[in-house]
Amino acid sequence: MTDHPFPLHRHHSLAEAVAAAPRPLNVSRRAFLAGSAAALVVATALPTMGKAQAAPSAAPAVAAFLELHADGTATLQSPFIEGGQGIHSAMAQIVGEELDLDPALFTVVPAPAGGPYGIMGGMRLTGGSASTRVGYPFMRRLGAAARSLLVQAAAREWAVDAAELRTEPGEVVHAASGRRLSYGALAAAAMDLTVPETLPLKDEASFRWIRRPLPRYDVRAKSTGRQSYAIDVAVDAMLIAAVQHAPRLGLTPASIDNRAEIEAMRGVHSVHLLDGAIAVVADRFWQARAAAEAAQVHWEPGGQAEHPMPEDFSTSGWRETLRAADGPGVEIEAAGDVDNAFAAAETRLEAVYEAPFLLHGQLEPPSTLARFNDDGTLDLWLPCQAPEQYAGAAATIAGLSPENVRIHSQVLGGFFGRHFLYAHANPFRQAVPLAKAVGRPVKVMWTREEEFLRDTVRPFGLARFRGAVDANGPVALSIEVVGEGPTGRWYGAPAGADPSAHEGLSGKPYAIANRRLGHVPVQNPAEIGYWRSVGHSMHDFFYESFLDEMALAAGQDPLSLRRTLLAGQTRYLALLDAVAELSGGWRGAAYDHADGTTRARGVAMASPFGSEVATIAEVSVDRGRVKVHEIWVAIDPGQIVNPQTVVAQVQSAVALGVSQTLVEGLTYEQGEPTARNFDAYPILSPDEMPAVHVRILESGAPMGGVGEPGLPGVMPAITNALATLTGRRIRSLPLSAHDFN
Amino acid sequence: MQLTVNGTTREVDVDPETPLLWAIREELGLTGTKYGCGIGVCGACTVLIDGIATRSCVTPVDGLQGADITTIEAAEDTEIGRRVVEAWVSHQVPQCGYCQSGQVLAAVSLLNEVANPTDSDIDGAMTNLCRCGTYNTIRAAVRAAAEA
Ligand code: FES
Ligand code: FES
Repeated sequence: MTDHPFPLHRHHSLAEAVAAAPRPLNVSRRAFLAGSAAALVVATALPTMGKAQAAPSAAPAVAAFLELHADGTATLQSPFIEGGQGIHSAMAQIVGEELDLDPALFTVVPAPAGGPYGIMGGMRLTGGSASTRVGYPFMRRLGAAARSLLVQAAAREWAVDAAELRTEPGEVVHAASGRRLSYGALAAAAMDLTVPETLPLKDEASFRWIRRPLPRYDVRAKSTGRQSYAIDVAVDAMLIAAVQHAPRLGLTPASIDNRAEIEAMRGVHSVHLLDGAIAVVADRFWQARAAAEAAQVHWEPGGQAEHPMPEDFSTSGWRETLRAADGPGVEIEAAGDVDNAFAAAETRLEAVYEAPFLLHGQLEPPSTLARFNDDGTLDLWLPCQAPEQYAGAAATIAGLSPENVRIHSQVLGGFFGRHFLYAHANPFRQAVPLAKAVGRPVKVMWTREEEFLRDTVRPFGLARFRGAVDANGPVALSIEVVGEGPTGRWYGAPAGADPSAHEGLSGKPYAIANRRLGHVPVQNPAEIGYWRSVGHSMHDFFYESFLDEMALAAGQDPLSLRRTLLAGQTRYLALLDAVAELSGGWRGAAYDHADGTTRARGVAMASPFGSEVATIAEVSVDRGRVKVHEIWVAIDPGQIVNPQTVVAQVQSAVALGVSQTLVEGLTYEQGEPTARNFDAYPILSPDEMPAVHVRILESGAPMGGVGEPGLPGVMPAITNALATLTGRRIRSLPLSAHDFN
Repeated sequence: MQLTVNGTTREVDVDPETPLLWAIREELGLTGTKYGCGIGVCGACTVLIDGIATRSCVTPVDGLQGADITTIEAAEDTEIGRRVVEAWVSHQVPQCGYCQSGQVLAAVSLLNEVANPTDSDIDGAMTNLCRCGTYNTIRAAVRAAAEA
């Protein structure tokens, strides 16, 4: 596997990255922490320090990772950003388990950029459904390190052998003498001790908190309006900016016809021409927005866009471009002899599948507050999935070194891939020059309309299938996937080394003797980005639908064909058993439901982000409208931390999957998106949400992701169900673009 | 003009066409009410006006003098509000949380009107969007709050 800078696709190297993670160190600084605030501080050597042999006193510059306070509470710096996936709660749950401290006693904060937080082999980001599986072994060691320091401190205090001591939540206990001391009381004494070379971890059978459905710590704040997001941040003397973006990338403002008029509008402080946008700075957002909207801007070709949007770009034209791109493309996977198998086959079938551009549609529009300080540093408050990358880019814009840029990552009002570092989609690129220009802190807030114009989009995708079947099922499968993945765009991965362009067509587990998968690269004129489950968000739809087409051609039931193709692979068979049982037993034909509807079911499997998933959907059609009644999901992430969080994440991923199946799709005309708000780009509404049922299997395989894997099976399960119900095979989404009357 | 929000009447100096959302967030500093779309589609900006869920992004402040406006910050000041918030917490409804101020107030408004809502009552009242897809737990929490 290519060692790629973006770890979303480094599934096979995650374990290595974890194994190479630096050892925890005691970096308490008694002098610095003198007084009542004394705390036991555990960190790690910076990844660049290599052997991690530094003595505690030699590491004064190492930022804290875990602090244990005299009152028995703890503060954990989370390398990962919270955006509803429950990662901060999960981190506390894991550290608390090994430290033997109730996770409820933790305060978890997002770690600042820099410091020892690059636990993904020297870097970090929040994405790829990677946070828990990367964090798990690391956070266990961190907790175990702190526990061992506390046990050593108690052993000294009581002059007994540490081996005679055990811990109970928040306390070290000497059973022989009945003595006990709280962690808070031991924290100061533990400050001078050294983390041992080897850190024994708990026996998993004795876990007290891991695998329990512990509540997430932030739900009360989020149920009472007390959770703050980037859009809510305020500092003294702050001004607010609204922007009007150029209608397409590659245009930049030449002038504003009515500049004097908008400068005179109430509350307006100043008007600015930026790269590809104009901005109005005002006292209030509503004033800034009104002025920015009123600006009559002359746009001219220019600006810094690396990929200018052609002025004649349209979705329909793009579809034709992809269809016309010749294969066979760069070979991704191959087995057997496809050509001979096709030549010998009784039955051959062909199909072209496609999936539209999609917006992220996270409910919080992006914003960034920038403040230059008298000491030459820059503070940025923003939504962000990759703090170090943001710090580097902001430093370049500001003309500072990255150490002088402080990134305050806020709780994300949804993300789904929206807040990676992109070229034109992050408002800090406007906030930094504006704050500099006006000499005051500036918060840039994008309206929904300006957000939909600059959001990165899930690429429009297309794949061509050829299959050959006999009475037993598929004998040959040839696939050409056409297009570009976000990892190719943003991290320079060439065709052949960009899994985001083919995952979900590659890596399928079925035993088909003769197969070939090629990637035909075509650069996308639209600004493409990562969208929940990335390539899987469309490719599993293509593959699992065509697999059903082959089942039909072979005269086989889709579920039993999958069983046949997975013979002997117990992990997959267990998932199919589980999802069928969860649904009350598989139904291969349409049936009349007690409520009067005629319903049918479809099944699909997916292998995303290190987890395995089987999905069944049940649908009906009422007066031309597709109704998804139920979705059953069996997911095997190998092992889990919090079952309630897993269920919540699967529910959420299923909702996004149903949403893109039913209603989502962004179209372009004349280089511009035709939707600028949720009226023209609908997302799943409450009445369209199916009842979602989740069963978790823990096969004991290496831990996989849970944030994204629930999504890829949803689309094909629904369209496979529709094929059974109506006899129609749907090869493009959304369903709202098809007529079911 | 004067706005009565969460039981307190305060003077705000804004143009009459200013949406209530921005008066609440920027003049009164109550940021629990969220901006999502600004066109009345998503419901993130939901507040109660005289007990009824209202999308504040498309409600000008003009004409609200004397109206009784409740934002999420005061949701727990009523018995129904407390029950809804407790149901939200015990069902662990929020994910990113951004839509949830509006969801909670939409549920309070529903239960203010109908003590024991049917499925179609819930369908009719709980129309706010949630991109995190918490719709199943929202429905369960509304039921639990009604039965509490
Ligand atoms: S912000 Fe008011 S309905 Fe969306
Ligand atoms: S919880 Fe994220 S939008 Fe509803």
